[in-house]
Amino acid sequence: MNATMTIEKTGPESRATLLGVKNLVKHFPIRGGVLNRVVNAVQAVNDVSFSIKRGEVVGLVGESGSGKTTVGRTILRLEEPTSGSVEFDGTDITTLNRRHMRRFRKRMQIVFQDPYASLNPREKISTILGHALALHNIGKPGELEDRIVRLLEQVGLTGDYMHRFPHEFSGGQRQRIGIARALAVEPDFIVADEPVSALDVSIQAQVVNLLDDLKDAFNLTMLFIAHDLAVVEHISDRVIVMYLGRIMEIAPTRTLYTVPNHPYTKALLSAVPVPDPTDRKKRIILKGDIPSPINPPSGCVFRTRCPMVIPECSKVVPQLTEVGAGHLSACIRTAGAS
Amino acid sequence: MSHITSPETPPAAPLDCASPLLEVRDLQTSFIVGEGEQVRAVDGVSFTVSSGETLAIVGESGSGKSVTSLSIMRLLPKKIGMITGGSISVRGRNLAQLSEREMRRVRGNEIGMIFQEPMTSLNPVHTIGQQISEVVIEHQKLSKKAAWARAIEMLEIVGIPEPVKRASNYPHQMSGGMRQRAMIAMALACEPTLLIADEPTTALDVTIQAQILELMKDLQARLGMAIVFITHDLGVVAEMADRVVVMYAGQVVETGLVNDIFANPRMPYTAGLMQSIPHIGSSENKKKLQTIPGYVPLLTRLPSGCRFRTRCTYATDLCAAAEPPLETLEDGRSVRCVRWRDLDLTPRRAT
Repeated sequence: MNATMTIEKTGPESRATLLGVKNLVKHFPIRGGVLNRVVNAVQAVNDVSFSIKRGEVVGLVGESGSGKTTVGRTILRLEEPTSGSVEFDGTDITTLNRRHMRRFRKRMQIVFQDPYASLNPREKISTILGHALALHNIGKPGELEDRIVRLLEQVGLTGDYMHRFPHEFSGGQRQRIGIARALAVEPDFIVADEPVSALDVSIQAQVVNLLDDLKDAFNLTMLFIAHDLAVVEHISDRVIVMYLGRIMEIAPTRTLYTVPNHPYTKALLSAVPVPDPTDRKKRIILKGDIPSPINPPSGCVFRTRCPMVIPECSKVVPQLTEVGAGHLSACIRTAGAS
Repeated sequence: MSHITSPETPPAAPLDCASPLLEVRDLQTSFIVGEGEQVRAVDGVSFTVSSGETLAIVGESGSGKSVTSLSIMRLLPKKIGMITGGSISVRGRNLAQLSEREMRRVRGNEIGMIFQEPMTSLNPVHTIGQQISEVVIEHQKLSKKAAWARAIEMLEIVGIPEPVKRASNYPHQMSGGMRQRAMIAMALACEPTLLIADEPTTALDVTIQAQILELMKDLQARLGMAIVFITHDLGVVAEMADRVVVMYAGQVVETGLVNDIFANPRMPYTAGLMQSIPHIGSSENKKKLQTIPGYVPLLTRLPSGCRFRTRCTYATDLCAAAEPPLETLEDGRSVRCVRWRDLDLTPRRAT
């Protein structure tokens, strides 16, 4: 096993860290009662730490309620973290004021899941892309149109589309426009939040390939958030698996998919239907639902559904432990023993 | 097309019935768009389903797969959507000729249906138990008490924990997976012989999807119902189906046994779909995804000839000349492509 890990990509490992997330916590307060006091909190993200190197694509997978979208939004400060820090290129951006943050906003962009909801229906494409450029003072007014044409061409559309409105495009085309808007300001880092899950199967592949190409062309660093494990495997260098607000496992992509360590990762991979009718294998079927993030289980959050659970699992929160080269897992049963 | 005059003899599928349970023949369903303009969302679709088998209808948005299922159930939006041709029969009885009252008896008693979003078929102001009992009372003339007991029994069958307590829950008190189970319980309460499942797991997480698929297989084995499984997910198709119908732009473009379709697709669209999905295990042999260029055409702006030709890498002048017929082949498969004999579309798979 070790042999396969060491011949894993040599690229990003040697590069500098672009994004460092440390002990990130995000709780959403729930208000209630006559005095509208905070009565409880949704613990969306609990003590999440990871880093992304320059030029690296890190996949973030998890089911609904895992906190993966909140992690993405908190990194960009679209949500304010409850505690913890987000270091971007050496600066902790969680404490920056609006004016200072703007400098970083230009370097960090997001592509949303729903291309229908994320483009203003009343604005032409030229206006939508022009806003992004103007807001960050990019390019001289005379060059604006040229830049927009070039952007559209980079995402596989043609320049004459700039005079059209969003409703004139199909879902796949709109997602290309969403990507063009994110690229307009020439960011270093992109959070792609479920960028292909609203698209038809035949269109998904086009957009995945586009992101793959752009990553190389622009030397982008990317956090690719998705629930589709096959898509994440295809595009990522490393993968983070989250469950109920916590990281269960982090590993280089090939390691995670060939020798997963955490029982949750194993169950998740086993649950994916394989497009091969001759391979109707027995699956690991997890019992029950994901517990409520308002009242997560004590100890290991996965223990209520875990096939390997023992009494100790309710007592300690398992820490991420190294189980191989760049491979961390948070489980006292499979990783804690060593 | 796939009329059954003599019984089909597929080698693998467990089919013993000579006359099909459901027969859809040359179905045409149109929608009114704008002033007097009509589009044909389903254009000449035919297929059969036999007792106990699972037929998957695969297609992307706009392929007509959901409209086909709504046509079968006669649940098309009134005054906008209508069946304009063809026939749908259940055990030889033409559904088009039934009164609304008779049709209501068919729904639930003979055909159950589950949808992608359970909230569209569950009533938010009644408890789950009330809703299931209502169905049972309507169809099986049970007493209120017996119907409630039946509701609890059904909740237990679909694997809802604490069914007695859960029966008094409202839909919003349940998670997505639980609601899906409750909807399945409702659809199966009268033991229909056919279950139509329209993207039943698309909105669910994979671990919950695995539970629901397992449940459906298990219930099918116990109750012996046939399933029409409508989905865009080829993984789910491979997991569930005996036979497959592939739809594109309102038409059937290929049919066959599930193993044949995956091992040896004949229509370039089917092959393209299979090549374009990433597989688990791709990191061991990383390469670009194959794509189908372009976009699904609007039904109002279909190309001449073959509807897929503008996106097809194999298209020739022949493809634009005339609409290719759905050719039924000796091995029981059918394909809508004039060039299929010249093409080798066997998927290249890294192992």
